Amino acid sequence: MNFPSDDALNESSETMEILGHKGISRRDFMKFCTGMAALLSLPASFIPKIAEAVSSKRPYVVWLEFQDCAGDSESMLRASKPTIAQIVLDVISLDYHETIMAPSGKQAEKSLMDVVNNQKGQYIAIVEGAIPLKDGGVYCCIGGKTALDIAKEVCGNAAFTINVGSCSSWGGIASAKPNPTGAVGLGEAVPGITYVNLPGCPMNVENVTATIVHYLTFGTLPAVDERHRPYFAHGKTVHDNCERRSHFDAGQFVRQWGDEGHRQGWCLYEMGCKGPIAHFNCPSIRWNGGTSWPVQGGHGCIACATDNNWDVAYPFYGRLPNVPGFGIEKTADKIGAGLAAATAAGLILHGVGRAISPKKDDDNK
Amino acid sequence: MANEGKRIYAWEFPVRFTHWINALCIFALSITGFYIGNPFMYAISSKQYIMGWMRFIHFVAAYMFLMSVIIRVYWAFVGNKYACYKVWFPFSGEKMSEFVNALKFYSFMSRKPPYTVGHHALAGFTYLIVYMMFLFEIISGFALYSVNHKGAIWYALGGWLTASMALQMIRLYHHLVMYVLLAFTLIHVYFAWYSDSREKNGLMLSIFTGYKFLTGKESDI
Ligand code: HEM
Ligand code: SF4
Repeated sequence: MNFPSDDALNESSETMEILGHKGISRRDFMKFCTGMAALLSLPASFIPKIAEAVSSKRPYVVWLEFQDCAGDSESMLRASKPTIAQIVLDVISLDYHETIMAPSGKQAEKSLMDVVNNQKGQYIAIVEGAIPLKDGGVYCCIGGKTALDIAKEVCGNAAFTINVGSCSSWGGIASAKPNPTGAVGLGEAVPGITYVNLPGCPMNVENVTATIVHYLTFGTLPAVDERHRPYFAHGKTVHDNCERRSHFDAGQFVRQWGDEGHRQGWCLYEMGCKGPIAHFNCPSIRWNGGTSWPVQGGHGCIACATDNNWDVAYPFYGRLPNVPGFGIEKTADKIGAGLAAATAAGLILHGVGRAISPKKDDDNK
Repeated sequence: MANEGKRIYAWEFPVRFTHWINALCIFALSITGFYIGNPFMYAISSKQYIMGWMRFIHFVAAYMFLMSVIIRVYWAFVGNKYACYKVWFPFSGEKMSEFVNALKFYSFMSRKPPYTVGHHALAGFTYLIVYMMFLFEIISGFALYSVNHKGAIWYALGGWLTASMALQMIRLYHHLVMYVLLAFTLIHVYFAWYSDSREKNGLMLSIFTGYKFLTGKESDI
């Protein structure tokens, strides 16, 4: 394979020097680039290109937080292979991140504005958290400015925006019924901007990294679906790549938590697993550096990367939603059985009516 | 009364053929669909393929059902007047009163059967609703299918629905409509028998042979 020439990636290049200080060898770095190529479904011949792009370009990045739980920041920082987190945080120049930056108050806001003013159209904005629109947006203000105004200014001037997590992608838990603050995702709040959604609760840091790497390598965002989610991360259902899938096809299902099937690792379909309707690459990249993921841990998928999952994928431990207009005790099957029974009873009654009503038709009268 | 006892060819072959293919498909789709929703059989060994086969049969029957519905709708435009699509839209004044008469007859309020060779207004309207339900099952079914089968065909057949309806809701209604169709089937068979027993026109046999016997009172020969 044709690895990048030594001047692009020699031990003394700026990036390698920074990484070297962190104890990351050139070998670790190449492993990272290989992993990224695999995640983006690129052939091996792209690995040198990725390595060159990642080691030579240092984009400016600002990370905004609105109505969120900082779970995506956590996910980013806890990337358990420290190399990935360091590569992302060190190769990119993270200029503003409220939770982890040293400056605070006016100083912090100044560093944000410096990037917006000096790197217009050049920097990447990462947004975490929903944007409340109700009552003039008063439910989320930073430094006296509403989330909406900040988003308009910062994302409007960015090269593009990456929405990390479900909240900024489509509103997330903040927008679950009854959505008291009128929370929406960034795409809806600020129409017309260029963005990509990486939903999930939280998003998977590998996908954020891969999106940035794709941009550095090709100068464009990865191909996305109609919900602005990259195909490489959200193109397939959880169900399609699930390691329990063979139990699904066989017909081996967990019926109760802790039963024999649960201990055997059978399919969680009947326990309400939403893998069949959830598009995410959890089964292949997993979490915490590939340690595990919910279904591997024995819990069904809750479709966290699906629009409105808090409302539509509910109940999490039932396969189908409750039937609108009926109590929560009534499942689709109970209602169906009731309908069939009522029909049969009606017909039997009708049969009795037929037997006792006059036989001859009197249409000639 | 001149026609009394005469045989008349009401249901042409494509009508009878699609009727029975539909019946077969709905039976297969309901059994397998019910299993997909409630896997009532459990595999003993992971070498078995119960859910796999259920889904396979469901999808094969689904394609058959789709073809059958297409043929029947096509025939509604080229077939005889008893198969004509106009029968499904009984909204003229005359048809509306036939509709009311049929309702009265079925609820013992009148003893005059709605004598017709083809469908009377109530039946025609019922089939309109039933075909709407078929259409919904097909669209929602292919919407679910398109989750794993990306392609223009599946998008056109139902995939587009996922843009406006959450997949969980599609699953729910796809499931619920099965029960409505089950209730329809019960009512359908019962009233076919009931009408036959009152009108004595060979209605029950006609869906096998195509022929009905005139009583001489039919309005739509
Ligand atoms: C009379 C017609 C039909 C009936 C009664 C029927 C019934 C059902 C039922 C009860 C389910 C289980 C739903 C659930 O609880 O999640 C189901 C699933 C499904 N049906 Fe149908 N169905 C019909 C037609 C179709 C058609 C035309 C298609 C087209 C491809 C289709 C495709 C599917 C798919 C893809 C699933 C989900 C399978 C899975 O999740 O693995 N169905 N059907
Ligand atoms: S555990 Fe969930 S995702 Fe995995 S095969 Fe079963 S239903 Fe599908």
